[in-house]
Amino acid sequence: MVEKRPVTVTVNGQVRQAEVEPRRTLADFLREDLNLPGTHLGCEHGVCGNCTVLLDGQSVRACLMFAVQADGHEILTVEGLVAPNGDLHPLQEAFWEHHALQCGFCTPAMLLTAYEYLQQHPVPGSDEEIREAIGGVLCRCTGYQNIVTAIRAAATKLTAAGPAPASRSVAD
Amino acid sequence: MAEPATTRPKWIGQSMKRVEDPRFLRGKGRYIDDIRLPNMAVAAILRSPHAHARIVRIDTSAAERLPGVYAVVTGQDVRARMAPLPTFAVGPIYQDLLAVEKVRHVGEAVAAVVAENRYIAEDACELIEVEYEPLPPVVDPFAAMEPGAPLVHEALGSNVAYQRTFTFGDFDRDFNEADHIVRAKLRWPRSSGMPMETNGAIGDYDEGTGILTIYANSMNFTYFQWLIATSLKIPASKLRVVPINAGGSFGSKFFMHKVPTLAGFLSMVAGRPVKFVEDRIDHILNNDHCGSDRYYDVALAVDRDGTMRALQIKVVDDYGAYLQFGTGTHGNALAQVVGPYRIPSVQYELTAVLTNKNQQGAYRGFGSEVNNWVLERMVDFAARELGLDPVAIRRKNFIRPEQFPYRTPTGNIYDSGNYEGVLDKALALAEYDRWVAERERARQEGRYLGIGIVTAQERSVFSSTEFWFWFDQPGFPVTSSPESATVTIDPTGKFIVTLHSLAFWGNSPETVATQVVAEQFDIDPADVVVTYAASQRALPGTGPGGSRFTVMVTGALVGASGRLKEKIKKIAAHRLEVSPEDLEFHQGSVRVKGSPERALTLSEIALSAYMFKLDLPEDVESGLEASYTFDHPYTTLPSPDRKDLGVFYPFMGHACHIAVVEVDPETGQFTWHKYAAVADAGTVVNPMTLDGHLTGGTAQGLGTALYEEYVYDDRGQMLTASFMDYLVPTAMEVPRIDIDHQETPSPYTPYGIKGAGEGGRMMAPGVITAALEDALAPLGVRITELPITPAKLVRWIAEAKARGQAPTA
Ligand code: FES
Ligand code: FES
Repeated sequence: MVEKRPVTVTVNGQVRQAEVEPRRTLADFLREDLNLPGTHLGCEHGVCGNCTVLLDGQSVRACLMFAVQADGHEILTVEGLVAPNGDLHPLQEAFWEHHALQCGFCTPAMLLTAYEYLQQHPVPGSDEEIREAIGGVLCRCTGYQNIVTAIRAAATKLTAAGPAPASRSVAD
Repeated sequence: MAEPATTRPKWIGQSMKRVEDPRFLRGKGRYIDDIRLPNMAVAAILRSPHAHARIVRIDTSAAERLPGVYAVVTGQDVRARMAPLPTFAVGPIYQDLLAVEKVRHVGEAVAAVVAENRYIAEDACELIEVEYEPLPPVVDPFAAMEPGAPLVHEALGSNVAYQRTFTFGDFDRDFNEADHIVRAKLRWPRSSGMPMETNGAIGDYDEGTGILTIYANSMNFTYFQWLIATSLKIPASKLRVVPINAGGSFGSKFFMHKVPTLAGFLSMVAGRPVKFVEDRIDHILNNDHCGSDRYYDVALAVDRDGTMRALQIKVVDDYGAYLQFGTGTHGNALAQVVGPYRIPSVQYELTAVLTNKNQQGAYRGFGSEVNNWVLERMVDFAARELGLDPVAIRRKNFIRPEQFPYRTPTGNIYDSGNYEGVLDKALALAEYDRWVAERERARQEGRYLGIGIVTAQERSVFSSTEFWFWFDQPGFPVTSSPESATVTIDPTGKFIVTLHSLAFWGNSPETVATQVVAEQFDIDPADVVVTYAASQRALPGTGPGGSRFTVMVTGALVGASGRLKEKIKKIAAHRLEVSPEDLEFHQGSVRVKGSPERALTLSEIALSAYMFKLDLPEDVESGLEASYTFDHPYTTLPSPDRKDLGVFYPFMGHACHIAVVEVDPETGQFTWHKYAAVADAGTVVNPMTLDGHLTGGTAQGLGTALYEEYVYDDRGQMLTASFMDYLVPTAMEVPRIDIDHQETPSPYTPYGIKGAGEGGRMMAPGVITAALEDALAPLGVRITELPITPAKLVRWIAEAKARGQAPTA
């Protein structure tokens, strides 16, 4: 067995430390070592995007990264979208309201991808642009239409709510 | 069984937000791979690199020596301790959990490693040495039928597992009398449900009690639990299957048993809990369920005026190496073989062939979606050849509203329908006339704009006869396909509903149950909790499949509610000193009709039912719980001569889809102008989730039409074993879909509901094909195979041009 290496990451605002094998993927590290099973594995070869998490605010495929590569970085997973008091994030509310999930397996990745998109585009562009933004995450259930609707609805709510969504930092 | 309320429903028909959602939104879905038991090990599988080979020798010693490995298992261990896997096939076509003696397709499981974690398990797989003696593979189903072809199953003596011709109605007369015969050879290739979550299970064998617990994301477990027990050679009473939320199925987890059986077996061997979850490559190579893989030779007999007279279908279906699910996928086709049309007679010849590929099973539509595509192709060809309008020929042949219930030539009944109503709504929704004018203009400008239309069926609620009516002497002529529900009111007056199959795969069983119970008792849906029984406590259930669950579970819930309401009324009548008939349920209480102030809340009644026996009528037991098992409400046996297959799929939904596209003939790429869909699924329980099925199913059908195919090369190697090569549509490929509904209730089901879970996949391949073909009509392109890739389109355009087809309008 290969020697383990220490990894320190900030996940959903909490500093987490662990010793991992260099070959351990970020996805397995999050799911199994940190007990955060919301990051899902659909292919483990970098295509389906279902394992998407945000690394320093940028979407990455957690199946294509090693945990050791995340050392010193900040990670947001779906578990971190929920407010500390347990309230759902406006994006999660909108997904619920507009039936943007069926089996829910792609949902964490869709939510984080949408979150990143709205950070960059608080006022979303055309439906085509939203579709392009989520084009890296496969969903087999919904046909995507309600996801597009939900993202637009969440954006409206977030911009109406005053401070831009960017104020909701990874750590809040 | 209690009558559904006759007043206008309060909760049925509402777009209620799904009660399932919060756990998934939070990333707390508890899918199978999220579950970890103490002391649990993980398995990985070594798979065959050969399509067809004899296993000469397996050396597992190096793998066993790897630190962290707990057990290595091969086909020999399986043969020694287990029976073959369950199958609907008749004849010596046996399948073992791990290959014994020979492998029959690339990806077949050869050995399994149980280890501390998946990394070590996969390392160990690489240390297993297998010596194979390659055999000539048989890949093409027509070559497989040739004399002297290598045999997939030697004991069968042939690669033809099944062949028979069925004739329904006066076929010869109708066929010979018709003015014109439309003929086509059509090809529908293999694809599959491809849920984002793969199949998985955890086995947990308790040596102390001898009870094996299997956690699995497999549907229908109450239906097959005892079959797995038989394979594992343990008493069924000692096998407990616990249902786990499935992250999508679309058929892929229907009666899915290889994975649970494997996890159970490995747990018994390793003496600790063992998890096996397929990775994507495991899933593509060796899942239980690939979709249909068919070659058609079809003839539609029509009169000059477009009247359809007879339909002849000869189909060769490439089932792959095993025939686990029999030929039931053609039973599905026969349920609605004539579509929405008055075609009086049918001849259907099925040849089921075995080849060195993974096995076929279920994919959303279960083989009837293929028949929809074939029939709608034939109708379009007929319109073209007779010079008729594609809408007019459909309208002319529709079964008319007053003809229901309508007996089709195969014997299956269509319960109700109004096909012209759906058609007219769809034409309006799609702005059909406007697009017809637009197409004219486009053609004058030399642009290739096309309109497709399909009007097709979605049968719902299967009866199990379709799995065996193929045989005069079926091995196991099962006729049950029940669903059960239990409704409990706890001592505080809150509701708990227990479902008895793994009903969740992305559909809304908990929301449906909540809506029905809220309707039945006139209570707040927030007071209902839904749970799932494990198999040892489960009542008969069949699970979701064949668009059956909403109809069947509603029947069970209405039945259980009726029983419980009777008991509540008895208790309330006793306490209020009135007769039970004078009571009604109103907003969480039971009150005396006409004097609403005389009432008891459900919590008051519940408390007395659990805690105050002396306040109850003498013959009333303590507690508030009732169960009901709902059997298929309308099914009959096939006739002995099989000229009449009986009623086996009678709740007939219908839809019309219309698509408008524009093709660039240089690149074979196209753009969407419109996609409109109108569906009739009887009474709608939840419009929002129904639209979800329709949209999602359409996206899947689009994948089938344009992108998805399991490609095997001529050596039987799998060329599409990853998402790099097997293309699932992304948000960029799926167009916006406009939806409308019509409700023609079923006279035979609770509330008049029809199933609609297979949704858009029944229609989308047909309409997309038709639209693309129509766009290229001026070039004379005729589309007879899927998927329609840009490269193929460019080739067909070139071929059509080479044929020297003069442009026609
Ligand atoms: S699991 Fe990472 S991209 Fe599919
Ligand atoms: S909701 Fe099932 S994969 Fe997206």
